[in-house]
Amino acid sequence: MPHIQVPENAPGILGPMKFSPQTAEPMNALANALLQTDEGLSRGERELIATYVSSQNECVFCQTIHGAVASAYLGDEDWSLVKAVKEDYEQTPLTNKMKALLAIAGSVQKGGKNVTSEQVEAARHEGATDKDIHDTVLIAAAFCMFNRYVDGLATVAPSDPNIYRYRAARITQKGYSAEGEYTPQAT
Amino acid sequence: MPHISLPEGFPGIRSLAAYRPDTGAALYALAEALLRGDSSLSQADAELIAAFTSSQNDCTFCTCSHAAAARYLFGTDKEIVDAVMADYQTAPVSEKMKTLLAIAQCVQQDARTVSDEIVANARLVGATDREIHDTVLIAATFCMFNRYVDGLATLTPTDPGAYEPMGERMATLGYVPPKYP
Repeated sequence: MPHIQVPENAPGILGPMKFSPQTAEPMNALANALLQTDEGLSRGERELIATYVSSQNECVFCQTIHGAVASAYLGDEDWSLVKAVKEDYEQTPLTNKMKALLAIAGSVQKGGKNVTSEQVEAARHEGATDKDIHDTVLIAAAFCMFNRYVDGLATVAPSDPNIYRYRAARITQKGYSAEGEYTPQAT
Repeated sequence: MPHISLPEGFPGIRSLAAYRPDTGAALYALAEALLRGDSSLSQADAELIAAFTSSQNDCTFCTCSHAAAARYLFGTDKEIVDAVMADYQTAPVSEKMKTLLAIAQCVQQDARTVSDEIVANARLVGATDREIHDTVLIAATFCMFNRYVDGLATLTPTDPGAYEPMGERMATLGYVPPKYP
């Protein structure tokens, strides 16, 4: 049960966001600016970074919804790629650039000072630009916030994967917003 | 030296907001809503939680700037700020603030450790849903800001005096993104 009273039928981050629309608005603006663009990193790559950091933080809700969004963008219908990235991204067919960026994201998750010049150099060597490195650090940092918001208030994570698939399809079409439900409306 | 090429002349988060203004605008709007918005948590208390979380994350820029803002807002009681950062349990703050700082500390370490018990302790001394929500989100938000600022190795002024005018500006004018170019 969540630590504060949130509206019904608002799982995960949606509950606290509906409780506090004034902070939800800039948080969704941040998610949209950071994740809903293919400038440099693709939408699918951005969502993979978000998913990986959320799994490192062991945030069930965030890693499942962002994993579902990443899979939707990457044509990963059975979610096997996302699962492999969470387990050991080094063994996946991701590009070396993405692997180097995930290493940076992993350091950010532990604490900003863990990012080394060597890691940044390695990413550059694989073709990462300043913008790719910037966006990776901010995505990783932002999910250290989102994950803590979701788990620090003990919000409820649905167990049915179809709920996440439904919401993920909606996010790929309409972006991030505190509006709407997680389950299809009865017709 | 920062890990990427950032606009010169801006320290910490300001260099990052100048580098990417669209995410900068969202981040500054979040700070404004959370630290200076409508809440039963005073602006001074909100800045105190921000400074405390940043000090737990060992982020010099965020700790010094938000501690300076909190000192400005506490005025003659400004010694509260350093006392909280040294050891909040013995600091001259209310029991309610101590329970909220305990929640913030759990969020900073591992948010899943925010237990029903520590939330119940906060309620027992008068904390509301709004105050518990804001405490969790301030602590979570500074776990982002601290990682963003340090993860890109942004410019961190070493002169403590540099933070005083910064804190006063944050406390009075609020969170206004830098103009660049």
